[in-house]
Amino acid sequence: MQKNAYFQGLTIPFLLLLPQLAITVVFFYWPASQAVWQSFLLEDAFGTSTEFVWFENYQTLFADPGYLKAFINTVIFSTFVCVFSLSIALLFAVMADRQIRGAEVYKTLLIWPYAVAPAIAGVLWIFMFDPSLGMLARGLQSLGIPWNPRLNGNHAMLLVILAATWKQISYNFLFFLAGLQSIPKSVIEAAVIDGARPMRRFWTIVFPLLSPTTFFLLVVNMVYVFFDTFGIIDTVTGGGPSGATETLVYKVFSDGKGGSNLGGSAAQSVVLLIMVIAMTAIQFRFIERKVSY
Amino acid sequence: MTIKSRILMSVAAFALAGTAPALAQTEIQWWHALTGANNDVVVKLAEDFNASQKDYKVVPVYKGSYPDTLNAGIAAFRAGQAPHILQVFEVGTGTMMSAKGAIKPVHEVMKEAGEKFDPNAYLPAITGYYSTAKGDMLSMPFNSSSMVMWYNKDAFKKAGLDPAKPPKTWPETFEAAKKLKAAGYDKCGVSNAWATWANIEQFGAWHNVALSTKVNGMAGFDAVLNFNKSPAFLKHWTNLVELQKDKTYDYSGRTNNGEGRFTSGECPIFLTSSGFFGNVKANAKFDWGNAPMPYYPDVQGAPQNSIIGGASLWVMGGKKADEYKGVAKFFTFLSDVDRQVKLHTESGYLPITKAAYEKVKASGFYKDKPYLETPILELTNKTPTDNSKGLRYGSLVQIRDIWSEELEAALNGQKSPQAALDAAAERGNQMLRQFERTAQR
Repeated sequence: MQKNAYFQGLTIPFLLLLPQLAITVVFFYWPASQAVWQSFLLEDAFGTSTEFVWFENYQTLFADPGYLKAFINTVIFSTFVCVFSLSIALLFAVMADRQIRGAEVYKTLLIWPYAVAPAIAGVLWIFMFDPSLGMLARGLQSLGIPWNPRLNGNHAMLLVILAATWKQISYNFLFFLAGLQSIPKSVIEAAVIDGARPMRRFWTIVFPLLSPTTFFLLVVNMVYVFFDTFGIIDTVTGGGPSGATETLVYKVFSDGKGGSNLGGSAAQSVVLLIMVIAMTAIQFRFIERKVSY
Repeated sequence: MTIKSRILMSVAAFALAGTAPALAQTEIQWWHALTGANNDVVVKLAEDFNASQKDYKVVPVYKGSYPDTLNAGIAAFRAGQAPHILQVFEVGTGTMMSAKGAIKPVHEVMKEAGEKFDPNAYLPAITGYYSTAKGDMLSMPFNSSSMVMWYNKDAFKKAGLDPAKPPKTWPETFEAAKKLKAAGYDKCGVSNAWATWANIEQFGAWHNVALSTKVNGMAGFDAVLNFNKSPAFLKHWTNLVELQKDKTYDYSGRTNNGEGRFTSGECPIFLTSSGFFGNVKANAKFDWGNAPMPYYPDVQGAPQNSIIGGASLWVMGGKKADEYKGVAKFFTFLSDVDRQVKLHTESGYLPITKAAYEKVKASGFYKDKPYLETPILELTNKTPTDNSKGLRYGSLVQIRDIWSEELEAALNGQKSPQAALDAAAERGNQMLRQFERTAQR
């Protein structure tokens, strides 16, 4: 009875939902289903000959040792970028949250890198760390460190991790700062009166109260490292040397765009899609339980 | 970009529909990838052509880098909106020619339009790259270059080497690099850009060693890579790996990003494209010159001839006969001797016809600027053999990445040179087999 008090029939609710549904279908479900369909095809670049091959693209993919390597690279890369960017951003936010002189300037400056496009961020880091042109690279070399990301895979990986982390810190900083500012001062003051020292206050009060923000950022950062970092990798290392910095999303990009291997690239995107869905689901299922809202 | 071009096209279509048929100009869309001064060259060519006649109008559209332009062309073709002329870099040749319905071979375009066209008027070292094994020209060469060895004459003097006598062979080059290293160039004696172009593709042609069966892929997509079995390749890669250890040779990356190492004075000997000329002229603050690529004197037949890089113009399929006629007229216009002379002397691109080259030579132009003739001398050094005509593999962009990966693995000590060569050939063959299945013959 009460339902009818709000809407007569289904027309109006559907009409109201339509714009959002249309956007979701056109910009998400349609391209995603195209990718799934494409992953079953073997095709030349121009689409003049198409063969339906069932799971062959997937078989080729899983038989390719380069794919496993890209997977391992992704795990290393995403773990380091997530841990570094979250912990450094939290440190900065806690510092900036204090009563210090010029706090506003400080905060604004910390937010700036977020406005830099990933490809530009990559170029900036290359300027500093290119083994022959980079200022900092020369400094390292004069200290006797044989810095050479052109040939040394670990150096290259370190460089892309640094660039991707730097890029993400400001975003995380912004959310952590907002989270910190929404913690009621009375709770902390009560703790002070009880004699809790800053470190203890942080771990027992601030950090748990910040957990919804941290959880949200964890999910967002995961998506960032998996999908948005290929611009940085493309400009800094191009996936090299010898595939040392080729992550899953970069492989999708280079195989599909550079190599015109649409079927293989589509299969990779489907696998990637499933992985990220699974990870997000796991995060919501298990980690969210520990979050206190 | 696509939306913009669609608007352009619909505007063009509207304009055509609106005017009287007798006055209608047929538009020829030309998508290219050239920037800066080279973009000006393209625009000027189109303007000159449009001014020279009334029936056709060539509209040049810049589409981004070479891979971007190729992808834009592919996407446009899939959407039924392909341009008439698409500039494609040499690496994309295999991809283009395998798409039978998507392109129209230049020799057919010229024949059907009734344009005068003599394939023998063009420099075979250039057109060979873009022709079938039977000699039919598939695309029109436009901007061509080759690989040369640039060297720093001031550095040579400092190291007690004769700047007028650059090293000819690889052993001499390595000797020179060692001396340069001792004279203070300790970060890099010799290096190169375009890692695989220098150390696989050009190396094979210059030493008359096959990269694969089937005339390096030109006689069929069932080519099998076998350069890993060549002692010349093993010798060269072993030398590079050995010299990388003390930086007598130092790797400079897969593309031409490392070219700055030459102009900054860090690397006194540097192999890269002859198209590097403009950059060297503008940025090198020392006396410089170039010379043909080094070779191993104990490899029989070396030096053979080099192969080209750069791009050619492909005619896309599915257009009207009248439009093809315009394309043919434009190509005849491009091949004109005086126009080629001007293009060559002003931009540094290689002339594509024999007559244009002879004319520039006769004018004494090369006496002052010998560095512009070096790539032509390399290309025409000997009549191209099956091993030095060029190469044509599908998925070459990906294969080059694989080759670079293996070269890097050898240079940083992960693999022995032989193991890296074997893996480069084996993984390349996997790509070729996959491409073979999708390619229409």
